[in-house]
Amino acid sequence: MTAAVDTGQTTTIHGDRVSLLRVLGPAHVWALGVGIVLVGEFTGWNFSADKGGALAALIVCWIVGLLYTSVAMIDSEVTSTVAAAGGQYAQAKHIVGPLMAFNVALFLVFAYTMLEVSDAILLGDTIVAKAGVEGLTHNSFIAATIVVLAWLNYRGVLMTLNVNFVITAIAYVSIVILFFSVSPWTQGAVLKLNELVTPGNALPYGWIGVIAAFQFGIWYYLGIEGTTQAAEEVRSPARSLPYGTMAGMITLLIAAAMTWYVCASLMPWEYLGITYYPLWDAGKLTGSPLLENLLFIATLLAALASANGCINDAARAWFSLGRDRYLPSWFSAVHPKYRTPYRSILFLLPIALAFAFIADLNQAITFSILSGVLQYTFMSINIMMFRRKWPLGTIRRGYTHPFHPLPAIVLFCLCMVTFFAIFLGFGSQLIAMTVFYFLISLWFHFYRYKFVRRGDQFSMPWPKPQGY
Amino acid sequence: MARYIPPEQSKAGQVFDIAVVVVAIFVALWLPLKLGFAGAAKSIDPLDAKTWDALGQNATMASIWEKLGYTPETAHDIIQNRFHYIIDWPTLIIMAVVLIAYFVFLFRASDREYREVINEKFDDK
Repeated sequence: MTAAVDTGQTTTIHGDRVSLLRVLGPAHVWALGVGIVLVGEFTGWNFSADKGGALAALIVCWIVGLLYTSVAMIDSEVTSTVAAAGGQYAQAKHIVGPLMAFNVALFLVFAYTMLEVSDAILLGDTIVAKAGVEGLTHNSFIAATIVVLAWLNYRGVLMTLNVNFVITAIAYVSIVILFFSVSPWTQGAVLKLNELVTPGNALPYGWIGVIAAFQFGIWYYLGIEGTTQAAEEVRSPARSLPYGTMAGMITLLIAAAMTWYVCASLMPWEYLGITYYPLWDAGKLTGSPLLENLLFIATLLAALASANGCINDAARAWFSLGRDRYLPSWFSAVHPKYRTPYRSILFLLPIALAFAFIADLNQAITFSILSGVLQYTFMSINIMMFRRKWPLGTIRRGYTHPFHPLPAIVLFCLCMVTFFAIFLGFGSQLIAMTVFYFLISLWFHFYRYKFVRRGDQFSMPWPKPQGY
Repeated sequence: MARYIPPEQSKAGQVFDIAVVVVAIFVALWLPLKLGFAGAAKSIDPLDAKTWDALGQNATMASIWEKLGYTPETAHDIIQNRFHYIIDWPTLIIMAVVLIAYFVFLFRASDREYREVINEKFDDK
């Protein structure tokens, strides 16, 4: 077993100081963010149509887009200033305190691990549906996906994100090709929006359905904040992180709008709300075998890219917890050859596998969404504290987001609406998860925190925060 | 302020802490599934007449259902499977109290820890 000792930004192995490699550029940041999220267009967002109807899915697409624009703006400012592995975890450590950082890292790990589980289930189910062989189950495909991607992450971040860039780009281009292939400028030939979304069925549950739809509306964009996880491996964090994140958000808003328009114009909302592969179905319904096969492959690629990025992000958050001794320092080991957080990758592997076999797709998605919304609630308060403790001009910021505090207030309000939306379908799970976070916080505060080096938790070259 | 020197954790202690975290993860995520808490309140509102018209589907919708391989009989359970949004106030209040208590504890306890961090980091500065 390799002896690992954590020392701030590096890990010492057999006397050699080993750190994560700074090899990534803005394109990798874009690929990490969009790669994780784009699968949301291929499955998941459409469950919002089930909860509120086709029009509700469009309304939440734009309103939740506003939520995520606020997330991207806030995140770009804080991350371009606090550039360290762990992203929001490092932010919480420097701005709020160790216990909050511990919770934020767990939010990240759960959100990404459950998203990885959802991706693997989608991939397995899509292959099984395409094969059409009686008795074939998705289990072997799920296991192969999770294990192979974990191996890829084990071998190195640059290779992992290069693969992500290529497969994300292909999946994105497939949505654009589908959009322009169905003559979006004319109705009646292929697209029949007016006949499928009518005044009578646009909002079948009324406005309560629109609020309920927020739960899965989150899935259009969940994970874009993952760009910050690579902060310590980016060559120029102050430039690459805001650029990659904002470009990713614009990319996703365009993809979400195109996806809704094509899918809502091709299938009734009742079917749209329950299918696991709305874009693949849209490809089938055009009657073009080429589009059908393209969207089938793109669904698989989007799931692979997302799961790949999720393993990358979850492992880095877990690694950061080990490095700061919030969890046993055993997790803080960096692979001597591949320079990856390999123990964290291997530890999370069986957890992902276990949940892939015991949860179904919308349950896994809900687990992921729950942790995501808890994290966004933290972010809205975190930016307020950041600006109060270090007002503009007191420290060098890579990027300063405009209209403060409006984005934070919008984000907080939309998080409250989303909590209510989750309550409308999965209230017991929300309570169970919050109780879990509460209990594990007590464990950390009253027991685990004694292993943490106090002064080392603040590593940025900033002045003392105001009010302390 | 004197620099805090944390105790070294034994290997057995590290293994025990890892086990605690793993158990907590599975209890929190797996138990709601096992106890059947997961999933939204949906139920089928059955119809006697299983026709596209009775199911509220116009000619375009019906043609798409058929293209997807459905008949009115097989599509019935999908179309009529509806949410019934009822606000259960006691559960909503419990959820709000748990969330608020959690965040209040989180910020207050974090602030106590943060003051120790800042005091040690900026000692004598």
